[in-house]
Amino acid sequence: MAEKLKIATTSLGGCFGCHMSFLDIDERIIDLFDLVEFDRSPLTDIKHCSEYVDIGLIEGGVCNSENVHTLREFRKSCKVLIAVGACAINGGLPALRNFIPLEECLAESYLTGEGIDNPQIPSDIELPLLLDKVHPIHELVKVDYFLPGCPPSGNAFWRFITDLAAGKTPTLPYDLVHYD
Amino acid sequence: MSENTLTIDGKPVHFKDGDTIMEAAIRAGIYIPHLCHDPELKPQGNCKMCEVKVNGRNCSACTFPAAEGQKVLNNIKELNENRRIIVQMLFVEGNHLCPGCEKSGNCKLQAIAYSVGMMEYRFPLIYPKREMDTSHPDILLDRNRCIFCEMCVRAGREVDGKEVFAISGRGIGNHLIVNSPSGLLKDSLLEVTDKAANVCPVGAIIIKRHGFEVPIGQRIYDKKQIAEVSVATEKVLEEKVHG
Amino acid sequence: MTWSESKQEKVLAIVSKHEIRQTRLLQILREVQDEFHCVPKNALEIVAAELGLARTKVEGVVQFYSLLSLEQQGRFHILFSDSITDQFQGSRELMDYLSAKLGVKPGQTRSDGKVSLGFTSCTGLCDQGPAGLVNGHWLSRLNESRIDRIVDLVEREVPVSSWPLEFFHVEDNIQSPGLLLQSPIDQGEALKQLVREGFEEIFMEINRSGLRGRGGAGFETAWKWRFCAEGPEDYSGSSLVDKNERFVVCNADEGEPGTFKDRILLNSYAHQVFEGMTVCAGIVGAKQGFLYLRGEYLRLRPQLEAILANRRAKNFLGKSILGRNGFDFDIEIHMGAGAYVCGEESALIESLEGKRGVPRVRPPYPIDRGYLDQPTVVNNVETFAAVAAIAAYGGAWFATQGTDKSKGSKIISISGDCERPGIYEYDFGISIAEILMDCGAENTLAVQVGGPSGGIISGKEYHRKLAFEDLGTGGSFMIFNKKRDVLEIVRNFTHFFAHESCGFCTPCRVGTTLLKNEVDKICDGHATSLDLVGLSSLAKFIKTASHCGLGQSAANPVLGSLSHFPQAYKDRFKDVVFEPGFDLDESLETARRMSARDDPWAHLEQ
Repeated sequence: MAEKLKIATTSLGGCFGCHMSFLDIDERIIDLFDLVEFDRSPLTDIKHCSEYVDIGLIEGGVCNSENVHTLREFRKSCKVLIAVGACAINGGLPALRNFIPLEECLAESYLTGEGIDNPQIPSDIELPLLLDKVHPIHELVKVDYFLPGCPPSGNAFWRFITDLAAGKTPTLPYDLVHYD
Repeated sequence: MSENTLTIDGKPVHFKDGDTIMEAAIRAGIYIPHLCHDPELKPQGNCKMCEVKVNGRNCSACTFPAAEGQKVLNNIKELNENRRIIVQMLFVEGNHLCPGCEKSGNCKLQAIAYSVGMMEYRFPLIYPKREMDTSHPDILLDRNRCIFCEMCVRAGREVDGKEVFAISGRGIGNHLIVNSPSGLLKDSLLEVTDKAANVCPVGAIIIKRHGFEVPIGQRIYDKKQIAEVSVATEKVLEEKVHG
Repeated sequence: MTWSESKQEKVLAIVSKHEIRQTRLLQILREVQDEFHCVPKNALEIVAAELGLARTKVEGVVQFYSLLSLEQQGRFHILFSDSITDQFQGSRELMDYLSAKLGVKPGQTRSDGKVSLGFTSCTGLCDQGPAGLVNGHWLSRLNESRIDRIVDLVEREVPVSSWPLEFFHVEDNIQSPGLLLQSPIDQGEALKQLVREGFEEIFMEINRSGLRGRGGAGFETAWKWRFCAEGPEDYSGSSLVDKNERFVVCNADEGEPGTFKDRILLNSYAHQVFEGMTVCAGIVGAKQGFLYLRGEYLRLRPQLEAILANRRAKNFLGKSILGRNGFDFDIEIHMGAGAYVCGEESALIESLEGKRGVPRVRPPYPIDRGYLDQPTVVNNVETFAAVAAIAAYGGAWFATQGTDKSKGSKIISISGDCERPGIYEYDFGISIAEILMDCGAENTLAVQVGGPSGGIISGKEYHRKLAFEDLGTGGSFMIFNKKRDVLEIVRNFTHFFAHESCGFCTPCRVGTTLLKNEVDKICDGHATSLDLVGLSSLAKFIKTASHCGLGQSAANPVLGSLSHFPQAYKDRFKDVVFEPGFDLDESLETARRMSARDDPWAHLEQ
């Protein structure tokens, strides 16, 4: 039997909805384990990618400095990088803040907003800093494939990954392509 | 007397005197992708989605006059690739957040993007800052989603007999403006039954309180491709308007 | 909302001066702008109401033309030309200097309302730059000492009409006259010939001359006129010739950066240009003509009006010209207001009708349905000047010069890195090398022939010839020496097109901005070889898919430089697979500042 494909997954500025939807492949997950093994992923709680990973699935857009580091680690390790879901592809709903200056966002949240006690901007060095704008991941790294949807359905995940595992360029039939 | 026949992708199509290629195609039940064309409105040719090859030359099907013996190419790889670029341009130009849009599933931009297999944006996003107008009791104007097809502009003038919308600005700074003293929709002549209020191919002009009425899976383009939907509805309209 | 009666009166007076005609909307708005240093909302409402137009139509026009503004501008509104030749002459640094002295940034109006600054596209003074405009009037040969004096005049609020004349002095700068410039016709000479020989005979002379349009496209002038004279056919095939009025339009919207030959023709050969238009009117049967003068050439207007008055007095214009019954023709000057796209003939016609300058769908062409949907001839200034000379001297005089396919001469505007910039006229067929020699260009890296919409050529091609069949040009000839950076030139041109795109069609509206962003990314050093693939396919798409000539040529700077100067791109590329197009560390600046952090984790590498 051929060696199993290594898959890593993560959510940057996302809601983990894409990960939930991935699990909608239901019992096919048993078949999936015949094809792949999971590397870094919230599903395994492995914190960093192995040196070589075959497929990286990125959910969410790039909102802060930590997202940048994570995305770069994935790009470095993964042979094939896939932008999964609306946020990774176009920033998604978190990108709504792109229309408000970051200065105002932070001020509203931490300084001047309703009910704020002891107003201050958190400054612990462990906290990632926010980027001026939320970016889709293709503006930061080269992306190999895009799997649209909010979230993409379990069937779309299944089709995409089985195509890749079979060495094919993944394609989706009409009813599996949607942006919402 | 001429035979009044041209071919589209090799298929003979009859046309009437004065027809554009688009009108002949619609009558013949052939789909040429388009976003700014409606049989009831004067063709304008701004979206460039309907670009076809006429005897080897690129032309907008919606404005180019049909003529005897034209060999029109429509559903070919090169043109469909161009169409994919156009939808990608429209997506990065505005703020099209499908998951939060009431028009999703019924949106022509989205449907064409599906049908040309748009999986990604290709270009960096522009994220323009655009105004919303929520003032009208029944109609919402969200400029974030406007694609400058000018259908609402023309529908107001040509069908409703009212001057409601217009394009202002220049180039990438173009924006839709509303004809009222305050510049707001509530003070304009627009009514919920007007064609201008219902013609928007995207979610820029929508009727309030009807969002998300139809469940996912049953919306217009959930199962049917835009080619099928468009041919079915526009053929009837075309024959009603131009015979 | 109160708006004084005197202000209302002023607006009403402007509207009635223009006979409350909708076609005069742009002219009215220009005068309103002059009066109030913006188009105030109240004025907009009054104009709309008086003309019976929706306010949105008026607002759409104001927002389309860059010399009109809804926002209040300064009583002194100073614009610097942002053409690449002005930039290379130091215009940007001079703007910084001026801006610091006046305490206001480009694009802004000072809080006391006295002065506003900005950049504008080429002002047609590339041979005498760095140049600009103050309240619409040319400023030439700017330098620091001149700017010191300008600052003083502004601060003392001395009206522009009392500024030293030398500030506005613009020379013709004819370095090498040729066929046309050497032998101007005597006033009325062409018309007398026309009346003596008959319209058909003069038409034959023009046909014999082989004259092709001088604007760049090179359509045969005689044929254009014939089509217009014969008029459109309706669908049943019968001619509509008698049902139509006809119009003659002279396109003096010389907006192509680096072109200024029309400035000279209108300054010193205007009689001949008007005479050419009148000859055309006689032949096609037009009663009304327009000179569409670009907004930046405002300074020429009074003298042009005087020449028109003089010609009316001599019966070279008006009723029964030179006693010929039915030969009635007059010319009206129509000002543009800062929109390069109006150089495209159908956009120009829209602008003449008082609308946004959006190019029309073609067909129908202007010769069938032009101004007010009537058959219209639109020709370049130089074409009309040539027409008058041909009518006076005969077709053979013209046709014996030039090449087989490009008869006669071409007037070119030379700017950039050479000893003697200015106006040169050559018979078609001259090589680029000869031209470079004549104007004293040395160490030439590249020549931009035909302006940003034309093409860039490198040393390998200086043997090529100026001719429709080789290097066609509307007249712009910019020279760049080896100290210049090709990509800075490409960046300037690409920004120009993004700024001037009318926004009508998707490929040009969005494409020119994407192209601009991508070229910025390359110039800022964030690009990799991967970007090149995208750049080239985007450029090719814009070229093939756009609605009009502007979009179809907007990618030429990128495509031309990619093929002639590929190394310039490679030199900028980073040796990585991909890099973001924006500055990542800069993107953390706001958060860093607000949280008062500067630790290593508060920074990102590109």
